[in-house]
This record gives sequence, C-alpha cells and structure tokens, in this order.
Amino acid sequence: MSDPVPFRPFVAGTQPPLDHAAYGSTHLRHPKRALRRLPQTVSETTGPHFAPALFPAIGDLTKQAAGAPLGERIIVGGRVTDEDGRPVPNTMIEVWQANAAGRYAHPRDTHDAPADPNFPGEGRVFTDADGHYRFVSIKPGAYPWRNHHNAWRPVHIHFSLFGSGFAQRLITQMYFPGDPLLALDPIYHGVADAGARDRLVSRFDLDLTEPEWALGYRFDIVLRGRGATPFEDGGHH
Amino acid sequence: MPVATASQTIGPYWHLIEHAEMADLTRFGPGEEMGERITVTGRITDGAGAPVSDAAVEIWQASPPPDDRFPGYGRCATDGEGRFRFVTLRPEPVPGLGNQTQAPHLSIVLLARGLMTALRTRLYFAGEALNETDPLLASIEDPAERATLVAQPAGPGTWTLDIRLQGEGETVFLEV
Repeated sequence: MSDPVPFRPFVAGTQPPLDHAAYGSTHLRHPKRALRRLPQTVSETTGPHFAPALFPAIGDLTKQAAGAPLGERIIVGGRVTDEDGRPVPNTMIEVWQANAAGRYAHPRDTHDAPADPNFPGEGRVFTDADGHYRFVSIKPGAYPWRNHHNAWRPVHIHFSLFGSGFAQRLITQMYFPGDPLLALDPIYHGVADAGARDRLVSRFDLDLTEPEWALGYRFDIVLRGRGATPFEDGGHH
Repeated sequence: MPVATASQTIGPYWHLIEHAEMADLTRFGPGEEMGERITVTGRITDGAGAPVSDAAVEIWQASPPPDDRFPGYGRCATDGEGRFRFVTLRPEPVPGLGNQTQAPHLSIVLLARGLMTALRTRLYFAGEALNETDPLLASIEDPAERATLVAQPAGPGTWTLDIRLQGEGETVFLEV
C-alpha cells in the first residue's frame, strides 16, 4: 500500500505559538519541551465526516428561540479552500459567538451585560460543492477579559473546521473590519505575520448584503494543502 | 498561493457547540463484530498541577473503519477536575509508512483557553505487543516520556491516561 499524501507544513510565522507572554493563559498551559515531529500516517491524513442528517444545519442563529435576538442582523459567508485553491466541499463548519451585548449564553460568562434568551449563539453549516458557506446571525459585542488592565476582546465569531484529514483541524476566530480593539488584542497579535493576521478579519461585502435586511461580511478560510508545493524542492537548499 | 488560515484559541466558552453525546462514539449502535467497546478516561493538568477544566478533548481513530454506525471521532468537555471520558471501540493496528505497522492508538487533539493552536498527542494501550515496534513509541528513547502516551488498564474495558500540559511528567506532544 502506498503512503498517504501528507499535508504540508505551515508557512513560518502564519500560526501562533503555544507560548505567548502577552496572553496570560498560555503561561501554564504550553509544553516546555519541543513538539515531536510525527510523519503523517493514515491517522493524520484521514478524518471525521459529518453527515447533515446527524448534525443538522443551524444556518440562522437568529431563529433558534421563540423571539428575535436583539442586535444588528448580519450575513456571514465565504469560501473554504485548501492552500492549492481547491474548494473544500461538504465540510462542516461550527460557529459560536457572544450576543450583541458581548455576553455568551454560558454559565461561566459573568460579564455584567444583559443575557439574551433569544440568542443561544450556536451555528452549524456545511460548505456546498464549491466550498461556499453562509449563515445569518447578529453582530456580537466586544467584552472585557482579565488578561491585563482594561483588556477587551475585539468583536469576533469562533469557527471550527475539520477538512478532510485530522491534520487539517482548525479552530479560529473571525474578526470585523475597522475594530479598534484589534490593535490591542494579544490573541490576534499572537500571529506574527501581518498578512496572516489580516486574513482573520472579514470584509464588508455589498454582494452578500441584502437590501432592507442585513449587512454581509465575507470570511474566506484556507485549510492546509496536501503534498509538495510547486516551489518546493525537497529541502535541498 | 493561498496560505492556511491562522489558528486562534477555542476560548473558555466553546461549550456553546458542545453536545455531550459526542463523547460516546458507540451511540449510533455499531455491531458487536465491529470491535470491543472500551471506556477511555483521563485528567488534564497544567504546569501548576491545576485541573484544566475548560478544555475540549477530541479523539480520532482510523480503526475500526468509521462508517454510518461508528463516527471514529469524539469530543468531550473536561469537568471541574479536568477529567474527560470517552466510550469507543478499541482500535486495531493500522498501517504506518512504508511497510511499517502502527500499534492501536487514538489521535488526540486538545483545545482550550490558553492554547492558541491545537495540542496533539496520541493514546496507546498498555500490554499491546505492537507497542514495542510502533514507529512513534520506538522513536522515544526515554521510557518515562514514552509512558506519557500509553494508557493503563483501570478496570474491565476501561483505560486511563492523564495528560500534563507542562512541567514534570509533561506529555509528549506532536507536530504533524
């Protein structure tokens, strides 16, 4: 049996480190020893498949309770591809977020902001055959956290993707354009590469925007590519 | 060429997407012939020995071959003591690279506040003869480090492996 085609290593600087002094929660949670390189086998190159029949889509986060949640309705959409530009079709995307006041429907969130019984804050969508996805939500609020004095998280929506192999597993956060808190956020700035950081920020998109109804934000997601890149020569530099 | 999207922490509120049944990989009723039902437990602690009580622990296994009745993937929230618990089917050996064989194992992904990227490790089973020749286990020279990947029996059909994120007894974490 031939070996599975592995996913490529990440481009240097485009992924955050495990130890990041400015983000206090990393201090006691990052391993001190270097990670051990594991050549990818079938355990890494294959991954779970989620059937919509068993994991029903939740494509409109504003319609998960009796009433409408408070806040500014938004449409979020984009495309999931790999590093070779190939679409990632029929893949599950999980999203979760705070309500418009900046509070999560979560018992551990004690931020003094109103809960919204009409906003559980969970979504789940699947990409289409061409990698496109779309969901409706409300714009989340910023909220304080105790990382440092007067620390506030920029407005964000959490994303979870699986791709086609477990080595592609991705948890990330989508930010909003023009947010002044981005410049101050140690989690966002944990990514050293400015371009990679910028790609975490969604773009206002008039084509996604629906007249008289909701603004649209586009967030494209790229998962690791498989196999050698065209400009790779096997490391014989 | 597009570049892979950066990882960000799962944060402390990921439970909004938690569905406790996902920790039971046998919930769709796999047949007895598919494999032995096992329980896998453990506890996650940080560099100060404190429980990691807000983590998402994920497992993936390529064996037995996942199908409609066996997803091969599970997710479990750690409790207040940092404990996780999965019910799954015991994996069989799977191919390694070349003509190698890998000992039965689970792939583990840890996600939590304070982890800006996923931490990856594996769980093997004590007493499995193939552990001696498993390419990953055999590559770890220090027996104490190797032991951090090997779950011990803890009762009939039950295996346990504690995970230490940092410091003494630190788990071997993997870059894939």
